[in-house]
Amino acid sequence: MTLDLIDKGQKLEVIHIPDASIRAQAIRLGIYEGAKLVCSEKLPAGPVILQNRMQEIAIGRNLAKKIAIKSIS
Amino acid sequence: MSCHNPIADLSIPQGSKKIVLAGNPNVGKSVFFNALTGLYVDVSNFPGTTVDISVGKYKDAVVMDTPGVYGVSSFNDEERVARDVILYADVILNVVDAVHLERDLFLTQQIIDMGIPVVIALNMMDEVKRNGLIIDIEKLSKELGVEVIPTTITKKEGLDKIHAALDRAKIGNPISEIKSLMDSVVDKVHVPAEALLVLEEDENVLDRHNLDNNYEQREYIYKIRRNHIDAIIDTIIVETNKGASFKTKLGRWMLRPLTAIPILFLMLFLTYELIGVFVAQTIVGITEEVIMGQYYYNFIMGIMTNFVNEGNFIGQLLIGEFGILTMAPIYLFGLLLPLVAGFYFILSLMEDSGYLPRIAALVDRLLTGLGLNGRAIIPIILGFGCVTMATITTRLLGSKRERFIATMLLGLAIPCSAQLGVIIGLIAPLGGKMLLLYTITIFIVFTLTGTLLNKIMPGASTDLLIDLPPIRIPILKNVLKKTYIKSKMFILEAGPLFVLGAAIITLLQYSGTLEIISDALAPITVGFLKLPKETTQTFIMGIIRRDFGAAGLNILAEQGLLNPLQVVVSLVAITLFVPCIAAIMVVFKERSWQESVIIWVGSFVISFLTAGILAQIVL
Repeated sequence: MTLDLIDKGQKLEVIHIPDASIRAQAIRLGIYEGAKLVCSEKLPAGPVILQNRMQEIAIGRNLAKKIAIKSIS
Repeated sequence: MSCHNPIADLSIPQGSKKIVLAGNPNVGKSVFFNALTGLYVDVSNFPGTTVDISVGKYKDAVVMDTPGVYGVSSFNDEERVARDVILYADVILNVVDAVHLERDLFLTQQIIDMGIPVVIALNMMDEVKRNGLIIDIEKLSKELGVEVIPTTITKKEGLDKIHAALDRAKIGNPISEIKSLMDSVVDKVHVPAEALLVLEEDENVLDRHNLDNNYEQREYIYKIRRNHIDAIIDTIIVETNKGASFKTKLGRWMLRPLTAIPILFLMLFLTYELIGVFVAQTIVGITEEVIMGQYYYNFIMGIMTNFVNEGNFIGQLLIGEFGILTMAPIYLFGLLLPLVAGFYFILSLMEDSGYLPRIAALVDRLLTGLGLNGRAIIPIILGFGCVTMATITTRLLGSKRERFIATMLLGLAIPCSAQLGVIIGLIAPLGGKMLLLYTITIFIVFTLTGTLLNKIMPGASTDLLIDLPPIRIPILKNVLKKTYIKSKMFILEAGPLFVLGAAIITLLQYSGTLEIISDALAPITVGFLKLPKETTQTFIMGIIRRDFGAAGLNILAEQGLLNPLQVVVSLVAITLFVPCIAAIMVVFKERSWQESVIIWVGSFVISFLTAGILAQIVL
């Protein structure tokens, strides 16, 4: 599934991020293929917020549609 | 030292040791900088960017502050500037947010991989305690191979230890795979640190050494660095509780629409009270009318009338109605500077408190429809202060496409504060219906233009990918310093344009061109916009200063030449009409001339078309 389909509060693992430049920017913030994170917030039709410990990142909905993930428990 | 090092232009004494402050955004670098350097600080802007570097002295060394970045690379202007300062540093004081080690240590390890001596200030230790985290600092220091000093810089805790440690700064433990890769290219560059950036495919560093990008190691290096850091973090952090603090909750409320929208409106209301009421009326009343309008005006006229005659061209150019020594400085320092400083004050508060990225996330959905992302809220907010200033800020947007759309929308549909004051004064007495008609018309034009541009322009805009820093109480001294630096930059960048603009207007007026344009527009104004002929003159005045145009309408309305609906139609026209001459020039400076012409002619046409259609419907 893609990141835009995740539910708030759900844990997830990032499977694939499409663009090389996005990959390079995201990995510095702790988002990379294989990273395990929590969706801490989801704005209606807007960005998905991913959390790792105290760190939070907002990802625009269009980008979220391109990021492949799987939900984990 | 490399011959094409861009930081060589900064005034740094030859041979002195360079201590560079580096760290992620909002980690307290500036507080360290102030604590180390004291009063004598030199701030310089990097040409073509909105990025500033502060340079000060500490003992015999030069201390340089850099913009906050998540890594050394070139994804944006801040990074390119920080990269060049970091690359040629002798010692780096890396300020790390102890609560966000996953994010911050990536930069730390990258600096260590570069082989530059480092001292780490593990800052925000008070928050570590408050959030129930325990960090094994000794182990962290051992893993990284450099000194790690716990600090809470806002309370000056740990500062004395930093002073001592700076003399002992040493090269840390690089990741061995990366080190051996670097050894293979180190003979192709000037300083060893550049070897890392060559491998990480940094285009500017490759260019400077005439190297082709056939290394393609960025992804591989980032990945092992990430894994290396995550592995270290796993062994040094213990979480003792997970209870969310008030600030964490507040951060969430600022994102969830149900609470975030009321909070946003409250903030906008407070901003209006501070800038729209206090600065625009009280402060500007003193600065524009008394200090500049009387004291300065009388002073400069007293001197200049001895040399020039107000009646001839030179006299008009210097001290006439639109003179470069009269109107330009009175407008710039009396009216615009207080407003611009007010807006930068608010923006710095929002930035340092961590609120700004949350607004960006909140409005992201709305702006993606216009071909922008949430980050574009920054130039839009600033546009309500001064469109000229906001247009300069569009540099921070991710693509040329976004910069064009934002510039167009700013020039077209965002009324600047100078104009807004007069517009509100004109429309408020006419009642809610007229205000609504005006607001809705402008909003439709704004949305429609953005949506259409997004549809027809080739390419794609960048998506939002933004770090949401924790909510923190801003430090007033830092906010004031930022306000000062940014306002100064505005005067330096926009000031010459206002002077040039005043000169062009005088030239147009003296040669009779203004009258020709005005006469040519008159038939459209009368026939299509259904407004009296005199209104055309005020539209032209709007080019000189946006508030002049609106103020001209005020006079016409007072004379009874405009009925309420005509006031709305003319206000719509003047809001959408080409921005003031300084804004036009900044557009030409920032965009290509083709784009600028499109923006200029486009807003001209849209303005008359919209006002005309509105007139045909309501009049």
